[in-house]
Order: sequence, then C-alpha cells, then structure tokens
Amino acid sequence: MVDRANILFSEYDLNKQLTMAMVGVMIIREEFSMRQLSRRDALALGVSGAALTLIGLDERASAAAKEAADQIAKFTGGKTATDGKISIELPEIAENGNTVPLSVSVDAPMAADNYVSEILVVAEGNPNPGVATFHFSPMSAKAEASTRIRLATTQNIIAVAKTSKGEFFTGQKLVKVTIGGCGG
Amino acid sequence: MAEKPRLKLPKEAKKGDVIEIKTLLAHIMESGQRKDKDGKTIPRKIINKFACEFNGKPVFAVDLEPAIAANPYMQFHAKVEESGTFKFTWTDDDGTVTTAEESITVS
Repeated sequence: MVDRANILFSEYDLNKQLTMAMVGVMIIREEFSMRQLSRRDALALGVSGAALTLIGLDERASAAAKEAADQIAKFTGGKTATDGKISIELPEIAENGNTVPLSVSVDAPMAADNYVSEILVVAEGNPNPGVATFHFSPMSAKAEASTRIRLATTQNIIAVAKTSKGEFFTGQKLVKVTIGGCGG
Repeated sequence: MAEKPRLKLPKEAKKGDVIEIKTLLAHIMESGQRKDKDGKTIPRKIINKFACEFNGKPVFAVDLEPAIAANPYMQFHAKVEESGTFKFTWTDDDGTVTTAEESITVS
C-alpha cells in the first residue's frame, strides 16, 4: 500500500511540474483508478506516462526552436547572418523568469547612410519564441536597448541585427532560469 | 491603467549630446499563456507597440511580444541637435493608446 501510494505520488508530482502535459498522459490519468489497478499496472502506467511526457517536452522544445529559426529566417529574408558585433547582456542565472533584464547592443556606426535599423530578439525555449523587435534610426545614436523579459525555462536567447545596408549580424547567449515566468 | 507613464531623461543638453531615455508604463502584459482557476486561458492583453518621436521624427520603436515582462520598461538613447519635445506612445492590443511628452532644452 505504501509502495503504491509512492508511485502515484511521484507520477502526480511529475505531471504537476510540467507546464503542459500531453494528451496521452491526460487519458492515462483519467483512466487511472486506484481500486482497479494492481501495483504492477500502476508502475507500468507511471513509467509509460513519464516516458510520454518526456517525449512531449522534447517535441515541444524542438518545435519552439524551429519556430525561432523560422522567425529569424523571415527577418533576414533567407540571408545568412554573420556571427559577431552583437552583444547580449543577460544574467547568467535568472532566479525569476518573470522579469529578466536584457540588454542588446551592436558595435556598428549609426550614420545617416549606414546604421543599425532593427534588432530582433528571440527566445528558443519560450512557448512563443518572439521577444521583441527594436527599431532604430540615425537619431537613436547608439544601437542599444534594454528591457525586461519573461523566460519560461533555461534556454538560448538569439539576437539578429539588420543594418540599413542590408547586412545581418547575429549573436546568442544561454541563460539559466530557476523559476519559469510564463504562468501555468 | 490610469497611472501616468514614468519617464526619465535630462531636461537640458548640449547640441549633439547623446542622452539616455528610460520609460516605464504600468501594464499587466497578460501573455495569453496563463490559466485562471477554472482552467480557462486568460486572453492575451499586452502593449504591442512602443514608439518614441522627437519633433515628429521617429527615434526609436519596439514591437513587443508577450515575452516582455509586466510593466514594460525601455531604455535607449537619442542624439539631440535642437530643443524640442519627445513624444512617447504605447499601443495596447485593445487599441488603447497611451501617450506622454517631455521637452528638452538644447543649448
């Protein structure tokens, strides 16, 4: 009896921690009835449930990364962005994903005929990868902006800058998030 | 929502100076990801556009996504060549536009 309770508890705990459980797991949980299941069944279900959720998480993460890549491709119009020139300032470890200070800057001139016109910022591990697009003008004087962002989990932040001459620069930074900030 | 946006920029500057501008608007920035206690998704309601103009000319703008934290804060720079007025606008998903102005004397 104690064992069974432990198994049930651990499965419940696992599910609780995941922001979005997969449909499969939901069905298993609905069918779950303590009275009808032997200990072995409960164990099997617990394991398969965990496996399903893990697969689900993996798929979700790669889907978000793909969407992030799509957004970048749309931004650059298919051109390849050169690595460098961009610096992203973020805390190495963000304790609260609800508000993480972010600063992006590009080491490039801001002359009237050659300036950084836009910076796109995407977060690979958020439910919606888009974070913000900053638009600059020669009057901005510096291609630099700071704001505060939400991060669901530990992930890469990617910034892509576009100059008025049509060049693209990119950079990324990994940020560890202790408590995610997307509600749940 | 009736709270006034907070602005921080110098009142005076020399011609050609690069000044720092900080703005903050009190806003929930509801991401559209959260659920209420009945399990229903709370609809998205965010500031989706911020813009700063100086004497009618665009200086800086941002397209905001739900990943911007509540009470959107923006920090950026501007080069001032003449006295004038900075105008800031925040556009809500529901179409509400909040504006604020601040003038600067350039010598």
